[in-house]
Amino acid sequence: MWRRAGMIGIALYCLVPFYWMVVSSFRRTADIHDKSPLPAPWSLESYDAVFAADMGFGRSLVNSLVVAGTTTAVTLLIGTMAAYALARLAFRGKNVILALVIAVSMFPGALLIVPLLELFTTIGWINTYQAMIVPSMSFALPLTIWNLTTFFRQLPYELEQAAMIDGCTAFAAFRRVMLPLAAPGVFTTAILAFIATWNEFIIAVTMVNDQSRQTATVRIAQFTGAAKFDTPFGTQMAAGVLVTIPLVSRCCSSSAASSQG
Amino acid sequence: MRVRPAPRGQSWTAAAMLSPTMVVLALVVLYPLVAAMRESFYESGQRLDADGFVVEGEWFAGLANYAGVVEQRFMNAAFNTTLFTVVTVALEVVLGVAMALVMRRAFRGRAFLRASILIPWAVPTAVAGLMWKWIFQADGVANTLLGTDILWTADGPWAKLAVVIADTWKTAPFVGLLVLAGLQIIPSDVYEAAKVDGSTPWQTFWRITLPLVRPALLVAVLFRLMDALRVFDLPYVLVGPRKQSVETLSGLIWDEATRVHYGPASAYGTALFCYIAVIAFVFVKLLGADLLSDVRSRRREARDVA
Repeated sequence: MWRRAGMIGIALYCLVPFYWMVVSSFRRTADIHDKSPLPAPWSLESYDAVFAADMGFGRSLVNSLVVAGTTTAVTLLIGTMAAYALARLAFRGKNVILALVIAVSMFPGALLIVPLLELFTTIGWINTYQAMIVPSMSFALPLTIWNLTTFFRQLPYELEQAAMIDGCTAFAAFRRVMLPLAAPGVFTTAILAFIATWNEFIIAVTMVNDQSRQTATVRIAQFTGAAKFDTPFGTQMAAGVLVTIPLVSRCCSSSAASSQG
Repeated sequence: MRVRPAPRGQSWTAAAMLSPTMVVLALVVLYPLVAAMRESFYESGQRLDADGFVVEGEWFAGLANYAGVVEQRFMNAAFNTTLFTVVTVALEVVLGVAMALVMRRAFRGRAFLRASILIPWAVPTAVAGLMWKWIFQADGVANTLLGTDILWTADGPWAKLAVVIADTWKTAPFVGLLVLAGLQIIPSDVYEAAKVDGSTPWQTFWRITLPLVRPALLVAVLFRLMDALRVFDLPYVLVGPRKQSVETLSGLIWDEATRVHYGPASAYGTALFCYIAVIAFVFVKLLGADLLSDVRSRRREARDVA
């Protein structure tokens, strides 16, 4: 009885605010202030408005995809190697490096952006993708290394030992034997790194002021309505739903996959 | 079989495999850190030289950039940051533990519960900020349900509460997942023994569950503390930049940096960095010696639960 009440409580806590965003996104602009639990009538007006040319929302989704995709790809490329070395190879100073990696992941982004903003202004990187991609590595790379280090530790040692007995070097054992085995862990880590970069805000809002280069999270926050102080909430809710849905569906599918495994 | 002799060749392979990461971290973390600390003691712009010519450049400024640290705006931001951190982390721990206790016992509907608990975590913070801004509008659903006319998102005391509520909503489930991972490794015979000895549920919670789940809880609290101390996007989106009632240290640093006041921005950034470092150090020293190895295993467990 109490257990059921608790479960319902948690589900309501998590879902009700999100539900309100979804419902509001399907109302017409005229009845956006309605408090009925379901839109009456249902309308796609806000979704049409989101993709109106002057909003630049479609473009911002592409920008987010480029920034999050490139950051994820680069961090995986170099982070996988680092994680393998930290998990499987014997060398001195390993714990220092691991501690350093956690320390880095707790760094305040606000401190990093000050010199980087100055530097990027000097070298003309403001309003470029790389001005968002490079600083994003400061949090994506530690996250990737952490996850993959724990993952590599759990794989059996016998396989790479067999590979090395057969004459593989440590690097060849990593590339030919471990990397294929680690594919599921790399995939999960890729999703986490992608989500973290997709949701990033302070770097994107600092390094870019040109609307055509803004990422989705920044663009939505700066939507303006017909009048200057008229916040277009319907449009913002629709855009919010569109930005969130891919993430929710991705983590639900990865949750389903990991509970089967 | 985990202990193996270290072949000498592995050090070189390790160095080669780690070097790209080290280069990137040196570039995007070490360089900004050192540059910001140096910058915090320098002033740049124009001044007159000895002959009365205007020269443009950079000169040592001592602690001039740090002067703002004792002024009202910095103190206010430091107070806001600390208040948000203490209040939200406390709320999130209480709610997170409660959620984990419920979820541990949930069998039917567990998959649904797991999916729904991931939603607040997956919603981008900026979107969560807009969502709560909409809920907290003057004529929004929060005021309708409460029967009040509170101006939640205007610059004032209620704005603090609005930010606390939004942040708690977004991150308490994450704490819940980390704690749940810790609960699931407590063997059930401990509980059976407690039951045989006639322990009440209340005693069982305080004497058994809480001490055994402590390592998981500490890691969750550390993650949350570090995140809360650098909060920027939620107050920015929910209330707005440069709003006194919710301006955090990160918000202040960002504002100074974007107005090209790099000196003060660097000084405040360095101060925030030291603040976070001290809190992390004290936390690790006081509460957990073995945190490093715990962080490692917790993350893995949390991911398995998710």
